[in-house]
Amino acid sequence: MTAQPALATASALSLESIAKRYGSFVALDGASLQVRTGTVHALLGENGAGKTTLMRIAYGLVRPDAGAVLVDGARVTITTPSDAIALGIGMVHQHFTLVPVMTIAENVALGAHGMLDIGRVRARVRDIADRTGFALDPSARVESLSVGAQQRVEIAKALVRDARVLILDEPTAVLAPEESRVLLAWLRSYADAGNSVVLITHKLGEALSVADDVTVLRRGRTVLAERGASTTTEALADAMLGTDSAAVVASASAHARSLDGPIVFRAQRLRLTDGNGVDRLRDATFDVRAGEIVGIAGIEGSGQRDLLRALAGRIAPSAGELIRPPEVGFIPEDRHHDAVLLDRDLSENVVLRGAGTRRGIIDWKSARAGTEALLEAFDVRPPDSRTPLRALSGGNQQKLVVARELHADAGVKTHAIVAENPTRGLDIRATADIHARLRQASADGAAVVLYSNDLDEVLLLATRVLVVHGGTVREVALDRDTIGQAMLGTG
Amino acid sequence: MTDVIAPFLAATIRTAVPLALAAMGELLVERAGLINIGLEGAILAGAFGALVGASAGGVAAGFVAALVAGLLVGALFALCVIVMRADQIIAGTALTLLSVGATGTLYRTLFGSSGAALGIPTSAPFSIPGLSALPVVGAALFSQPPITYLAYLLGPVLAWWLSRTHAGLALRAVGERPEAAEAAGINVDRMRTAAILTGGALGGIAGGTLVLAQAGTFAEGMSAGRGFIAIAIVVLGRWTPLGVAGGALLFGAASALQFAFQAMGWRAPYQLFLVAPYLLTLTALAGAVGRARAPAALGKALEPRR
Amino acid sequence: MPHSRSRRLLGEIALAVVVLAAIALSSALLLLAGGYQVGAGLRALWLGSFGSWYAFTSSTLVRAIPLMFTGCAVSVAFRAGVFNIGAEGQFLSGAAAATALVLALPLGRLPAPVLIVSALLVATAAGAAWAAIAALIRARFGVLEVISTIMLNFVALYAVSYLVRGPLQEPTRVYPQSATIVDALHLPRIPGAGRLHVGLVIAVLSTVLAGWFFRRAAAGFRLIAVGESPSAAASAGGIDVPRTMARALMASGGLAGLAGGVEVLGITFALYENISPGYGYTAIAVALLAGLDPWRVLLTSMLFGALEAGAGAMQRDAGVPSSLVSVIEALLILAVVVGRAARVRRISASGMPLASPPDA
Repeated sequence: MTAQPALATASALSLESIAKRYGSFVALDGASLQVRTGTVHALLGENGAGKTTLMRIAYGLVRPDAGAVLVDGARVTITTPSDAIALGIGMVHQHFTLVPVMTIAENVALGAHGMLDIGRVRARVRDIADRTGFALDPSARVESLSVGAQQRVEIAKALVRDARVLILDEPTAVLAPEESRVLLAWLRSYADAGNSVVLITHKLGEALSVADDVTVLRRGRTVLAERGASTTTEALADAMLGTDSAAVVASASAHARSLDGPIVFRAQRLRLTDGNGVDRLRDATFDVRAGEIVGIAGIEGSGQRDLLRALAGRIAPSAGELIRPPEVGFIPEDRHHDAVLLDRDLSENVVLRGAGTRRGIIDWKSARAGTEALLEAFDVRPPDSRTPLRALSGGNQQKLVVARELHADAGVKTHAIVAENPTRGLDIRATADIHARLRQASADGAAVVLYSNDLDEVLLLATRVLVVHGGTVREVALDRDTIGQAMLGTG
Repeated sequence: MTDVIAPFLAATIRTAVPLALAAMGELLVERAGLINIGLEGAILAGAFGALVGASAGGVAAGFVAALVAGLLVGALFALCVIVMRADQIIAGTALTLLSVGATGTLYRTLFGSSGAALGIPTSAPFSIPGLSALPVVGAALFSQPPITYLAYLLGPVLAWWLSRTHAGLALRAVGERPEAAEAAGINVDRMRTAAILTGGALGGIAGGTLVLAQAGTFAEGMSAGRGFIAIAIVVLGRWTPLGVAGGALLFGAASALQFAFQAMGWRAPYQLFLVAPYLLTLTALAGAVGRARAPAALGKALEPRR
Repeated sequence: MPHSRSRRLLGEIALAVVVLAAIALSSALLLLAGGYQVGAGLRALWLGSFGSWYAFTSSTLVRAIPLMFTGCAVSVAFRAGVFNIGAEGQFLSGAAAATALVLALPLGRLPAPVLIVSALLVATAAGAAWAAIAALIRARFGVLEVISTIMLNFVALYAVSYLVRGPLQEPTRVYPQSATIVDALHLPRIPGAGRLHVGLVIAVLSTVLAGWFFRRAAAGFRLIAVGESPSAAASAGGIDVPRTMARALMASGGLAGLAGGVEVLGITFALYENISPGYGYTAIAVALLAGLDPWRVLLTSMLFGALEAGAGAMQRDAGVPSSLVSVIEALLILAVVVGRAARVRRISASGMPLASPPDA
């Protein structure tokens, strides 16, 4: 751990030497964070560095194994979110904690006691809307709101409980650039009014543009704590990536390939309709060739989810033409929900692919042999085909999914791969490994379609980028600003 | 006509009251996102508890004992499902089986295997002055054992509680999005446990009603599927207290038709009336779901304990 | 973790010993609590089940046969994630259909073996059809099969009650039961084994086949995948989940219906109201204790057959209410589900947290 310069004394929230393990997995290993009153504090770190876990401890959702939590300089014990709320701590989670069928007012009222006077709650919501400048209709159902509006409801929930320390977990990940700018400006003014903000992010520029102080976590430890003004993006990147940064940077520079392979996917005026008859995508036309990694970008809910599933053959188009190979490897973002059988062993999870059309008898002996060859080749640990999948770490589970989807039934390589946030929740090494596998697959001649809500990941891997916006798909230059504008429809 | 309608109404109410009591309890459990198939066991335990309590200390003691017996089944369900995180459908099935076995064994052990009619005190009807004098419906609706009036009140009270108190709001949130409730500072496990215990207690009182306000005695397996019907009524009533009240009355009416037919001198196999509520449930369920939306977390495996 | 075959076998035997000891202990405690003579009660339980060749074949195995079928039926459905609580109703519809067929078709037109086989096939079809009702309203209207199968149990019960007092009542119209099936159409007895009939062979074959189906057949694996995670089965496996679930429910119903047919042709020789002492419900305990594995159902069905046989003897010879056995069965189920939940917790504790925070 590097030495921590003492930040100013008036700290609204302070976490000292926090440790937390899950079984053999060490999430936090003596992490510390000091948030000064009246400041915006950026908490930086790669996926898996422990940022969210640390903040979930501050909010009472996770109990630390060791360490101290101080609020306004006094040592406190926070075992439930209601303890945190009582201490003036509010948290806006990355995955919103709203009840979709309830109204904004009901969501805001949730957690209080006694009689529920919904009229008064509505007045409170209007009051907060006035104070913050957020447009909030207290009677609107949350499920009908956009992602940005839902985030504002989350903030209103915290403010209504008089939060003085607001923790936001990757708040800009789901927002378009313009929305992000508005949010960050609001956070600035909120802090200037004497409150405190913890902004969890892995975007360096964002951190430096708004934060007074910066703390960087790596592998569960605090490796840097500085004033924002006295540090640079380079210093932060080094702190975040540590010794791994060289490997990541090296792998990032490896692609530039001729793009004249045969067409693998072809969409012509493709239309996708959801179960309620609403169009998710109206008019998509594009090709994907062998050897390409085509990145997909789009703000959440733009229809990319359906587009990926159509390419992977999981849903059928309602109109237009879609040419796709019969065998497409699909890596869905929600691994536990959509990709694996947690309580079956590794070979059964490999055999799962193609189970829908398999006939007759399964030859388990050769299935086990095939699985163990895959485990070996993809460095999945433990390399024992009889281990229940649940016992693997998240990174190893995902490696198994990738290994399976890159190979068709008989161990033959797949020629078409669709990946959706393939490294979400993985540590830096597993992420680098999966990036390398996808690159290798494309180098071997596969057509790869990759969606990530982390634009940096798209930029890192893609040879071309398609942006989904307003029901249509168009190709844009491989450039951060251009993509951002296209995602919003302003470019 | 009056001599058919009044008994028909009375029979409807008689059948509907225990169903409504049990279904209101299950409603709370389901609004918290769980299904308790052990409700049948809670009713049976309540019926047996009523027998023990009433033969020892009268009607009031009978109802208290019924409540406690139902609560006990609820507590066992909560222990399995909330504390141990066991599968709720299987735990509920096992608790019903346990209740059938335990009440049967205890009954024969304590009261002998003869099953002779036991002289236990029963709950006398209480006529509400004024209302009970109404023509046709008066005697049928307002000259009933006091527990019936409690059942009348339960629907509106629960409807009010669910929509007008923070606790009610919290319960609904727990059944819809437990993680949202937790983030709002609500103790999800405690809320669910409270719902299960209340559901068990109401199931027990429903069983007590069968013994103390209707049969006047206990018989093995006398719950006779009412717990399952009550679960169906919750779906039929679209998870709202007033809907559940309506559903219970509908079932009461279906089975009361049996007596109405007899009174009118029409012939039909008696099994038709016994089976009617179940067929009605199936057809009504087919129609009811689709339009109504179940609590989103209903029946889903519980998230692991931290 | 290498598992040697012998070590696994040893573990299974140890588990069986623990289960048997737990049953004996809990029975003893319950007897003690009820104020009964523990020694006499346990002795009757033993003598009535395994105590003699006659008790073993004519009581225990005879009761184990329907439990083998229904235990398998429940295993097949539960494995696919379909909570078929309706084996009881499917059993009854199988029994009713088999009875109706053999009483309707006069002997002599067709040879007896053909009639017997057709009756069993009709029983299977009737059970599957009864389950198909639940499958259909689940597929069409999204009604949970837990509720619909329970409802259908009551419908089947009252339908049988009507049949044995109406269209299928015996000619004298005195007793609420069907006419007795002629001797030629009974399932042959197994020589030297009392009331034990060849239904045992059919039951054992069915369980062996079902166990093999889960272990080796591609369709069996589909069923397991759907039961573990419908979303992953659909997305990663390309499996038609609703169809797989519907087929599992109907196969389950077919097995339970076959149980009803075998019971009528092998033991009761007539249809009456209480033809099943709850085989469809006991089956849930049988299947769960077997870990939903049909091969182990062979053992657990014998265990429960013995318990039910012993319960009768206990009531007859020691004055202990037979419902005591339901308590033991319920405790066994609870122990199994609670133990299973604990095991899942332990496995995941060794790896990542189950609800891993998105960024940890």
